[in-house]
Amino acid sequence: MQSETLLDHDAPALLRLATLGSVDDGKSTLIGRLLHDTRQIADDQLEHVRDVSSRRGGGTFDLALLTDGLRAEREQGITIDVAYRSFFTERRRFILADCPGHEQYTRNMVTGASTADATVLLVDARQGVVGQTRRHLAIAALLRVPHVLVAVNKMDLVDWDEARFTEIADELRSLADGLGLPDLVCVPISALEGTGVVEPAGDIAPWHEGPSLVTRLEDLPIDGADAHGPLRLPVQWVVRPEGEHGGGRRYTGRIARGTVRVGDEVVALPSGQEAVVTAVELLNEDFDTAAAPRSVSIGLDRELDLSRGDVLCRVGEAPAPAREIEATVCWMHERPLRPGARLLLKHGARTTRAIVGEIRERLELETLASVPAPDGLGLNDLGHVRLRVADPLVADAYSECRETGAFVLIDDQDHATLAAGMIISAV
Amino acid sequence: MTITAVRPAPPLSALDALEAEAIHVMREIAGERERPALLFSGGKDSIVLLRLAEKAFRPGQFPFPIMHVDTGHNFPEVTEYRDRRIAELGERLIVASVQDSIDAGRVSDVTGPRSSRNRLQTVTLLDAIAEHRLDACIGGARRDEERSRAKERIVSLRDDFGGWDPRAQRPEVWDLYNARVRPGEHVRVFPISNWTELDVWRYVAREGLALPSIYFAHQRSVFERDGMLYADDPLIERLPGEEPFTTSVRYRTVGDMTCTGAVLSDAVTMEQVVEEIAATRITERGETRADDRATEAAMEDRKREGYF
Repeated sequence: MQSETLLDHDAPALLRLATLGSVDDGKSTLIGRLLHDTRQIADDQLEHVRDVSSRRGGGTFDLALLTDGLRAEREQGITIDVAYRSFFTERRRFILADCPGHEQYTRNMVTGASTADATVLLVDARQGVVGQTRRHLAIAALLRVPHVLVAVNKMDLVDWDEARFTEIADELRSLADGLGLPDLVCVPISALEGTGVVEPAGDIAPWHEGPSLVTRLEDLPIDGADAHGPLRLPVQWVVRPEGEHGGGRRYTGRIARGTVRVGDEVVALPSGQEAVVTAVELLNEDFDTAAAPRSVSIGLDRELDLSRGDVLCRVGEAPAPAREIEATVCWMHERPLRPGARLLLKHGARTTRAIVGEIRERLELETLASVPAPDGLGLNDLGHVRLRVADPLVADAYSECRETGAFVLIDDQDHATLAAGMIISAV
Repeated sequence: MTITAVRPAPPLSALDALEAEAIHVMREIAGERERPALLFSGGKDSIVLLRLAEKAFRPGQFPFPIMHVDTGHNFPEVTEYRDRRIAELGERLIVASVQDSIDAGRVSDVTGPRSSRNRLQTVTLLDAIAEHRLDACIGGARRDEERSRAKERIVSLRDDFGGWDPRAQRPEVWDLYNARVRPGEHVRVFPISNWTELDVWRYVAREGLALPSIYFAHQRSVFERDGMLYADDPLIERLPGEEPFTTSVRYRTVGDMTCTGAVLSDAVTMEQVVEEIAATRITERGETRADDRATEAAMEDRKREGYF
């Protein structure tokens, strides 16, 4: 690589990726392979893996060790928590959320998938589609991850049999259709042998004409869906300059949805005060226009009495602030959720009190089909709930915008994060 | 400072996306916590944090002081840089001194050829957090630095002993950070979690940030120990056979002088440094940090005790 490309900071775009798969699908090996074959692994890390591999016996170089994180994970030989790793190719910069595959860690899968632009779901070619595969596909669908890829792994162990691959791919596509996931892409690979991951499968599987997994990932459009649609700018912090710094008040935040331009007529919700945008800036940079997910400072033509959690929208595109929320939640805590619970709800930059009304139903993890939930929701359950909030929310349905349709529930005593929520409707 | 560039809104580059995320995190902490502080070491990562704080909060003052945990074993170039940069910014600096902790009998100094105050910093840091009643500490740690860091949240809870419990981390979904604490607890906040060493250098170059001179190649008297080059300085007692020699080196990380090694280098410009880093086959902490080499889980163990 030349220095001009190394310092060419505006070139590659960022793709956030989550890997899902059950315990023995070879996820750690795939990640090790991705890091190794894109040359992200430094010599001291390789040395460490060689060391540990030989100490544990077996003598083979275990790529999966590259992703070992915590002491308990090494001791038990399992992955407990989501790990975030970076790698890059010439065309793209990736942040990979490595989500543990155990059933009891569904909350970690939701965590990893919540920020993902794409997921890679691992399937063992020998096992085919198992319950865990269905659950992961359902979570990807529920969280509306824009792109879902399936890597059918361990193809070497089924002799790169085309019929086997086609059978699995067909079953997955029909599952995906049922979940409303369009355009599921399936790629045959052997993470252990390194076939189909960075390099195409080529001669080993001449029947597969598609590119390698990494090429697929490089080709995915980063559509910036949130940059379209109506403006939603939650105010995080109001800058009130004093003394020599001078200048007017600035309303700062990260654009959650849409685009803001100088000259826009905006309305601050829930108060309804209106103003015209006079500046969209960041330190010494002035933007004509800025889009989600950029962080900006906004100047207005008059001083508004705004506080953290208020939302700037364009006049004419503002939703009605809502106090009644219907939502899908993923419950993430050992203490179960019961009707009548009093909690805190964080949405955008607003944290408000919430009361849980009806818990309408639980969702089957494999099909997302509804079943009654007479006992409330337990750890790793998905369900439909109604909530009433103390301060009105400026929200969209999660199906319209992930950023403005998502919330978390927090315990108001010990402050534990209890649930991830996705708004179905808000009135 | 009236450099004004007008830019349209293309899809965000990786660096812009990382910057937007980091600024968002800082503003969340300013909004949610009452008494945050920004931890500043003088290293490139915390220098990037200062820039991000400018982007987040100018034209206002920073809504937090800047805190330096000073082992007393700093590189003089770094202390000089710190004072200059803080003065430029016009922000408030708190220095928490390990020497003061030693003088107050809170910790015992360590002596001998292989001694380092690295671990003593934890006590000084936790004492400073208590003294200033801090409820959030913003730091420049990155997930690519070390494997236990790869598992840590961007907003990470510490109990009232300052300890990190990796098995009881709060789920961190979307960009909805939960920074709430009970009395005595605090959060550690890592806005550049998702950055790599190369991202940091690219950002430093893009923003035209000055760095302490020791990041660039210079002639220095050094000696070799365990495959690392240490500064030949009265603070580090040499063992028999450790003969100093003068050569061209630079530092890849900036920590306590007693546990930070230099690398052989002729890179005197930012471009040359970035080229070297892209070509290197060894991680920065593996190459230059003795503190991480102690055991297989050295970083995780220190973090459980309250280390940065």
